[in-house]
Amino acid sequence: MTNPTATANLTELPEEVRDVPVAEWLRMYRLMATIRAFEEQVNELYVTRRMPGLAHLYIGEEAVAVGVCAALRPEDYITSTHRGHGHCLAKGARVDRMFCELLGKAEGYCRGKGGSMHIADPDSGNLGANAIVGGSAGIATGAALSAKMRGTDQVAVCFFGEGALGQGLLYEVMNMASLWRLPVVYVCENNLYNEYTHYRETTAGDILARPQAFGIPGEEVDGQDVRQVLAAARRAVARARRGEGPTFLLCNTYRYFGHHVGDVDRSYYRSKEEEEAWKRQRDPLKILREWMIAAGLARADEFEVAERAAREEVAQGVAYALAAPYPDPSEVTEHVYA
Amino acid sequence: MSTPSVALHAPAGGTTREITLAQAIREALAEEMRRDERVFLLGEDVAEAGTPFKVLSGLVQEFGPQRVVDTPISEAGFVGIAVGAAMTGMRPVVDIMFGDFLTLAMDQIVNQAAKVHYMSGGKLRVPLVIRTTLGATRRSAAQHSQSLHAWFSHIPGLKVALPSTPYDAKGLLKTAIRDDNPVLFFEDKMMYQVKGPVPEEEYTIPFGVADVKRPGQDVTLVATSSMVYVALEAAQLLEQEGIQAEVVDPRTTFPLDVETLVRSARKTGRVVVVDEGHRRYGVTAELAAVIAEEAFYDLEAPVRRVGAMDVPVPFSPVLEDQTVPTPQQVAAVARELCGRG
Ligand SMILES: Cc1ncc(C[n+]2csc(CCOP(=O)(O)OP(=O)(O)O)c2C)c(N)n1
Repeated sequence: MTNPTATANLTELPEEVRDVPVAEWLRMYRLMATIRAFEEQVNELYVTRRMPGLAHLYIGEEAVAVGVCAALRPEDYITSTHRGHGHCLAKGARVDRMFCELLGKAEGYCRGKGGSMHIADPDSGNLGANAIVGGSAGIATGAALSAKMRGTDQVAVCFFGEGALGQGLLYEVMNMASLWRLPVVYVCENNLYNEYTHYRETTAGDILARPQAFGIPGEEVDGQDVRQVLAAARRAVARARRGEGPTFLLCNTYRYFGHHVGDVDRSYYRSKEEEEAWKRQRDPLKILREWMIAAGLARADEFEVAERAAREEVAQGVAYALAAPYPDPSEVTEHVYA
Repeated sequence: MSTPSVALHAPAGGTTREITLAQAIREALAEEMRRDERVFLLGEDVAEAGTPFKVLSGLVQEFGPQRVVDTPISEAGFVGIAVGAAMTGMRPVVDIMFGDFLTLAMDQIVNQAAKVHYMSGGKLRVPLVIRTTLGATRRSAAQHSQSLHAWFSHIPGLKVALPSTPYDAKGLLKTAIRDDNPVLFFEDKMMYQVKGPVPEEEYTIPFGVADVKRPGQDVTLVATSSMVYVALEAAQLLEQEGIQAEVVDPRTTFPLDVETLVRSARKTGRVVVVDEGHRRYGVTAELAAVIAEEAFYDLEAPVRRVGAMDVPVPFSPVLEDQTVPTPQQVAAVARELCGRG
């Protein structure tokens, strides 16, 4: 392969990411491929009725989680959402233990008590996904306050969908984050739909005018291009570490699947043509791959290898989880209180 | 509740002094903040103002605005922030000015704070205290007078303390701050100036331990928070008629000291439960049910409940005063139970 320590030193790259080594771009590609393969497997588990409950797939949005988390250190915090598998994996969660959680097994990250919408892994800085839309905005902002009070330079990232723009909590905590210059980055993943309703029907005015009103710098980011996401995240994280306060990133993206795995007939709220256009023209894996090949940073077969490895990791992870034991029923009363 | 006229027994041992419930709260906070630098205060007008009730006066002078943090009027926001801070190594004590405003923060308390430890399979903890008020008769009408502690007692993952004396307030608050779980701490806003003996030396009071505020053998009056004074006054009225009432204060609705309640019920065979929350689906219903389940065959009569009327708290004194339990009312119910109605 091409020299992995060589940097993608191209003028078309945003300044903040010109020093990123090829190996790191390949790692990000591999991570996006892992998330995609993971989510395809989740859908398969649902369709074959082997997974209890539902799940919200992140396919199509991979570059946001991967680009943002690539700007973070292991000890930095994230909070996630109902569509959270990508965030967890990007922050360092393991595929097999994620599947264990999704299947309600004892070795799951939450010993099967959380499931798809509540995966938390403090060891990788993940303070938890949240099934309340916008519900983790306070937690992320509080983690940032805590980092500041404890005198660390940790940063907290709050991932949320554009649907959370309807929640007052977000504005309350953005106000405090700005007043107190907290090291928090608000990452709005605008995939165009709040469940089954286009965000334009639910969101008045200009999204970026919201952070602006609180004196929080905001920027619009191409959420399908991991290079742009990483660059914006690095700017925001650096600002936070310098003690200059919060940033708001509006990442434009798209989910390829339904709102959740059971949302199959989507014609009443969006067209097949729209879905196909995003997949064809705006696919995050394709954008990174094509750029790297065109720039001579990697060969086509390296991506095939990465994809195969991702699929293999997922296959092993799910096999492990399917065979893994359930928690002992007596665990139901454990962990109500610390 | 009217200003209590009944003195309480002094805690055993050591030198004590008389301080108000507000001072007891303040002392508990100051001592815990000196002991543990992770403890900090967060809320509306907590710093220079020391809250409208002046409970926190002086703390910002000692601990500075970094640890006594004035917030915007954003209950959901700052409770959420406190939850996140608690999950990541701090021990926040949040001030919610009026218990009624807990409604604004319900998601953060019930869906977030209470669930984090369980949902994470025990990996995350939320050592958070939310101090707030309950109680009517301050002529504050329906949105500043509610006693909502039953709501939180219903939620697994939360603990709920409601002290009736300065001694209990100090000891329970210190325990709350040291607890690794979210604790709702309810102070009756009419009780801040109530005085009582508090030891000079350090002490804590464990959760889940009821206190017998007055011994007696004819009827048990289980009472919470300021209703303890109502029950004690009722006990005085009953005493004049030769009825010896035992007054038991659970002090925490969760964890609940079932054993002490049941022991008293078995001894007297007659129980009245008094609480300032609405009677309907309230704390009185739960305590009555627990006692009935555990002590049924020792009871001489059904357990009776006295709670606030099931109406929003009205403003006009002639209306409001009818809505809260009174000593006369409690005594009348007890008298009936004793066959003297
Ligand atoms: C407070 C709250 N209200 C409603 C819901 C039901 N719900 C789950 S996901 C969702 C849409 C969320 O849209 P968005 O935030 O844009 O995230 P996306 O699903 O598009 O990733 C809704 C309404 C919820 N989980 N929480």
